[in-house]
Amino acid sequence: MNFFPGIFIAPEFGFLRRALLFGLLAAPALGIVGTLVVTRRIASLAGASAHAALGGMGIALFLARVCGISAATPMLGAICGAVGAALIVGIVTLHGKEREDTVIGVVWALGMSVGLIFLDRTPGYVDWQGYLFGNILLLSKTDLMSMALLDAVLIPPAVLGYRKILALSFDPDFAAIRGIKVEAYYLTILALTALTIVLLINLVGIILVIALLTLPAATAGCFTRRLKSMMFAAALLAALFVAGGIAGSVALLLPTGPVIVVAAGIIYLAALAVRRFARR
Amino acid sequence: MKNPIIEISHLNFSYEAASPVLKDVDFSVLRGQSGCIVGPNGGGKSTLLKLLLGLLTPTGGSIRLFGETPERGRLKVGYMPQYHLLDPAFPVTAYEVVRTGRIGLKTSRREEKTRVTAAMDELGIGHLADVSFAGLSGGQRQRVLIARALVCEPELLLLDEPTANIDPGAEEQFYATLASLRRRMTVLTVSHDLGFVSRETDLVICVNKFVSIHEAGNFTAETANAVYHHRVGLIKHEHDCFCHCHHPEDEK
Repeated sequence: MNFFPGIFIAPEFGFLRRALLFGLLAAPALGIVGTLVVTRRIASLAGASAHAALGGMGIALFLARVCGISAATPMLGAICGAVGAALIVGIVTLHGKEREDTVIGVVWALGMSVGLIFLDRTPGYVDWQGYLFGNILLLSKTDLMSMALLDAVLIPPAVLGYRKILALSFDPDFAAIRGIKVEAYYLTILALTALTIVLLINLVGIILVIALLTLPAATAGCFTRRLKSMMFAAALLAALFVAGGIAGSVALLLPTGPVIVVAAGIIYLAALAVRRFARR
Repeated sequence: MKNPIIEISHLNFSYEAASPVLKDVDFSVLRGQSGCIVGPNGGGKSTLLKLLLGLLTPTGGSIRLFGETPERGRLKVGYMPQYHLLDPAFPVTAYEVVRTGRIGLKTSRREEKTRVTAAMDELGIGHLADVSFAGLSGGQRQRVLIARALVCEPELLLLDEPTANIDPGAEEQFYATLASLRRRMTVLTVSHDLGFVSRETDLVICVNKFVSIHEAGNFTAETANAVYHHRVGLIKHEHDCFCHCHHPEDEK
């Protein structure tokens, strides 16, 4: 049996089909959230949120195995850690007098450190490398359903509330003057960014998730002049990067997360070069 | 007597308790007047504008916009920020920018398109509708933002440093536009450009922690010098406006 047709039918490649389907389901979320992260320039904030997810995961695993709290799943811990960190940084950004980059740096490092300490103190085997760098074997049907649910939450407001999202992303002060509740929208965007990050952790890992979130949108941004076009193109590119990365990693026997990110990075650099050349 | 559009009473504001940015500010602007807010950097001009727009909350005193709180009254305000403070790489077309000015108004899609197109044509940028905001010149971006401010048919237009960072040709074009706008609405402009004061305003609102108001015809180089060097102590009461301005350092 040829390898590539084989992955679509052979039972032993079920995990690959699941990963591909997950990537396709993740594409709309990556297109919408990634575009907002890039255009609002909050990639470092999203990075802090991703690393705080590890803190939540570590605490949840510790609570489950040491204290016997079965409800404390790694996914729940990651959601609490990532969303909590995003909201803390967001509120500090809006109301605090502290330097935003310092707070982001502190949350970033603190989340990672807390996670590693709790993972170290958790008895039994813990695949912490899988959390950091991704492991497509960890993708479950629950992940697929969660990603489909996230798409269902993201797509309708992105379509129906597009003009408000555009206004508050382009000029938040003006949006506030026109009656948009800018702070509520901003914190909602941060929370949804954190959720997207958490769901992508099994695919590419905490370290690389920001690259997957930003590279499709950044590449799309080289050639689009409307926010909605950028979201749409970023979603298509995300699907292409994930599918191509998974196929490439299987064919070359390389880790999936890094292959996806390297492919996305190369195409982004090529897009920058093409745009620069086209402007001359 | 005309109704005041802006009424500010005993306004105080500080970002930190120990260092007030605006202190005991009292003034009104009447419908149809055009004012220019001048003062040195850090004097509180932008803060005053943000307070008027309800983007900041006063630490004391009150602001009434059209007789309402700024949060309610600002829907009747057209606001143009400094264009160079907006992200130049943001993916948005000129038409989309102007259209965001209609947010908060319940109108049909067809009427919205008509209004947006009319505002862009009035500013001479109708042909730029599909051009990316990033691809426009400084003067064109400024006109797009004025069109955005006008498309909600405001009763008060607030312009923040409209002549900053644009070339002399675009500046002249802007003055011509402003002259026509003044005939149909109240216009308040923040500007560093003292030449602007003599050309386009009835009132000069001097802001340097304290606020004093002058008729444009009486605003001399000496007055400007006093404002910029923190020696504003004069209290004037003009025929169309009134102000209340103390400067403790002058009273010593």
